[in-house]
Amino acid sequence: MKIGRVAGTVVSTICSPVFENRKLLFVDLLDLDGNGTGGDVIAVDAVGAGAGETVLVLDEGNGARQVLEAPDAPVRAVVVGVIDEIETLRTSPVRRR
Amino acid sequence: MELGRVTGTVVATTIYDGLEGARLLIVQPLDRKLRPRGRPVVAADGVAMAAPDDLVTFVSSREASLALPPPPGPVDHAIVGIVDAVEEWSQ
Repeated sequence: MKIGRVAGTVVSTICSPVFENRKLLFVDLLDLDGNGTGGDVIAVDAVGAGAGETVLVLDEGNGARQVLEAPDAPVRAVVVGVIDEIETLRTSPVRRR
Repeated sequence: MELGRVTGTVVATTIYDGLEGARLLIVQPLDRKLRPRGRPVVAADGVAMAAPDDLVTFVSSREASLALPPPPGPVDHAIVGIVDAVEEWSQ
């Protein structure tokens, strides 16, 4: 899984059925210090994450389809958690806003 | 998924059986500010409605083949949505 920050949403009316009535979040990927890596991913929200929150992103298809209970859906990235705090041996916590 | 812009189409008359009928489009990946990032890819159109200049979301790797009608074909990028808007949240 990856760590990211919710930076926005994507609105799409014409889309694969699995994305209908689901929130698509634009997530900037972060390193352990909370700095942007320059990468980003559009992920389906499975936990009700909000603006600016630090989140856990699953970027793997089998798990994503399981989370969304959509066995044949073309989905790979899902936000599966809102991170409260990260502790590392380098003491670089990312705190929930 | 990633954000991208359709910049062209690809026509291939001779093609693997599983890809017959699939529309192939050239997609330039974009970042959140709609700036180009990386090299363009050829993506199958999983919504069958994407056209040049459309802003789209596309999925890559094995999941791309699930965007087309079964059985899963040899596809590594597929368009799964046409984007109406990208709404940024200021920090």
